[in-house]
Amino acid sequence: MPSAWLHPGLLVIVAGLALALLRGRAREAVALVAPLAALWLVLAAPTGIAWSGTWLGLEVRPLAYDALSRLFAAIFAIMAFAGGLYALNQKSRLELPAAYVYAGSALGAVLAGDLVTLFVFWELMAVGSTLVIWSAGTGPSYRASMRYLSIHLLGGVLLFAGIAGHVAATGSTEFTRLALDAPAHWLILAGFLINAGAPPLSAWLPDAYPEASWSGMVFLSAFTTKTAVYVLLRGFPGTELLVWVGLFMVFYGIVYALLENDMRRILAYSIVNQVGFMVTGIGIGTEMALNGAAAHAFTHIIYKALLLMSAGSVLYATQKRKCTDLGGLFRTMPLTTVCGTIGALAISSFPLTSGFVSKSMISQAAGDEHLLWVWLALAAATAGVFLHAGIKFPWFVFFQKDSGLRPPEPPLNMRLAMLLFAALCIGLGVFYQPLYALLPFSTGYVPYTGSHVVVQLELLLFSGLAFFVMLPMLRRTLTITLDVDWFYRRLAPALAAALLAALRAVGAVLGAARDGGMRRIKTGAHALHGPQALFARTWTTGGMALWAALLLAGYLLVVYL
Amino acid sequence: MSDHWLVRPSTIRLLWRVFIAVLALTVIAEFLVVHHPHFAVESVPAFGAWYGFVACAGMILFAKGLALFLKRPDTYYEGEEGRDA
Repeated sequence: MPSAWLHPGLLVIVAGLALALLRGRAREAVALVAPLAALWLVLAAPTGIAWSGTWLGLEVRPLAYDALSRLFAAIFAIMAFAGGLYALNQKSRLELPAAYVYAGSALGAVLAGDLVTLFVFWELMAVGSTLVIWSAGTGPSYRASMRYLSIHLLGGVLLFAGIAGHVAATGSTEFTRLALDAPAHWLILAGFLINAGAPPLSAWLPDAYPEASWSGMVFLSAFTTKTAVYVLLRGFPGTELLVWVGLFMVFYGIVYALLENDMRRILAYSIVNQVGFMVTGIGIGTEMALNGAAAHAFTHIIYKALLLMSAGSVLYATQKRKCTDLGGLFRTMPLTTVCGTIGALAISSFPLTSGFVSKSMISQAAGDEHLLWVWLALAAATAGVFLHAGIKFPWFVFFQKDSGLRPPEPPLNMRLAMLLFAALCIGLGVFYQPLYALLPFSTGYVPYTGSHVVVQLELLLFSGLAFFVMLPMLRRTLTITLDVDWFYRRLAPALAAALLAALRAVGAVLGAARDGGMRRIKTGAHALHGPQALFARTWTTGGMALWAALLLAGYLLVVYL
Repeated sequence: MSDHWLVRPSTIRLLWRVFIAVLALTVIAEFLVVHHPHFAVESVPAFGAWYGFVACAGMILFAKGLALFLKRPDTYYEGEEGRDA
């Protein structure tokens, strides 16, 4: 069985490195076959530890399968395939190899059976994703990639410190459920949450991802945040703090996306919003909630990638990304419009789409646990998702006004990738049983009940009514909304500049004082020792005799007194 | 009319009528299905409808309020250009 000795993540990483060297048909073949081979390996592998050994005296299990890791690994492999198909015509020679190293390390992270392996792949993901942003090749993308890398290296340091503390305290590298009973576990949680896009550092995501190329952001939307969801599912299920962190992310994403003008920044804030639903589910922690979080990660990867593929196609065809410049594109991009709208309906959890069968489990769990406020917040947020992503994105990009732009549909490979994911969005919404069978727990949940469908339609359609009634308030302007990245992009440089100016002023004062002192010493020395000064003059013989006589007289006085 | 049929005023009027009819249908349908409410508030008639509308209106107003303090021109960070490139 190749699944026993072949690592799907390493396979995709090696394929990525090979892509850097290949050209033409061979490149396309490797890009498409490697993720499918990884998917086959993931689905064929038996549950259990496939690789184990010791490294630096630590027990490591670099390859381990169970229901949860198989679910995430499967969707990562599917995502790498569709992303690879979509990006086949990307001109950058760096982006696709970087994206495959990134996708392969995400696979490695979810298939890691121990904390050491997890950390190695975690850091490799940071490198791969930074290169994906970097390969857009613009000044802003370079600077954004450096800010992105700084935040993720910080997260990596926190995670490493936490893992080191955990291993030192317990002697075990096994990745199991962790309780918040030790500083080391808080550090691990902080490292995980940074990658999830949780507060206070959530701004890294909408800052960096939209600077990637039209195809780069499709990859970026999938792996980093969902790997974080996976490790939170495994390490911190039922941690109540996560309910509140998740709800904050949900509403932060909605409010910022409502104010945003850049179509891909809208979708970036919407990633934080969607991961917020998953984090809330993990915090609730029942089997229903954890199933919901896992299923939502699975469906979210598909519809968010689909939304970003449609946005990427618009960017590819028009070179424009602001809602104020776009509109009316449905005339010449009908397929992109339909696919983008299917993604928008799925993210809004419309009945018969994938989002409906996954997100409803999280609300159901909140109801089952009688968490009234959490349940009300999730219902409001469900309406808010339709508002900020479900209608706002397709409306401003494809309809709204006639921008005069008449761009063509994107090339065939991009259209096929969109069609594949659009079909999955509908397919998983109708035939949800295969997805439910992959979930970690068996709950017997039935998503389609009359009451659930009707209440969901009410929530969404009246949210739509609110959108169109309040449309004048939502008119797009050429603005951004300040986020926490302001602290390190503006406040910290300003403080550093002020400190530098203050140090320069102090330096100038000290320098002037030093110069004045030196001058006084020089003048004083010149006055005493200069050519005509007291100590340099020649003395007369009489004077010498007088001083010698006085000295001897003084000596006599001292002796006899 | 040279413009697309979808953006003609007559079509838009029709779409509004259909939309309002569908909204009414969802509210009517609520009385035809069996509910298993977890909370008392779910039993208030047309809960999903008014709650969805009020929640969205609230979020839009909150966002507009936040924008008063945090909105900046989208050229705000462009001073970074050339500083470290």
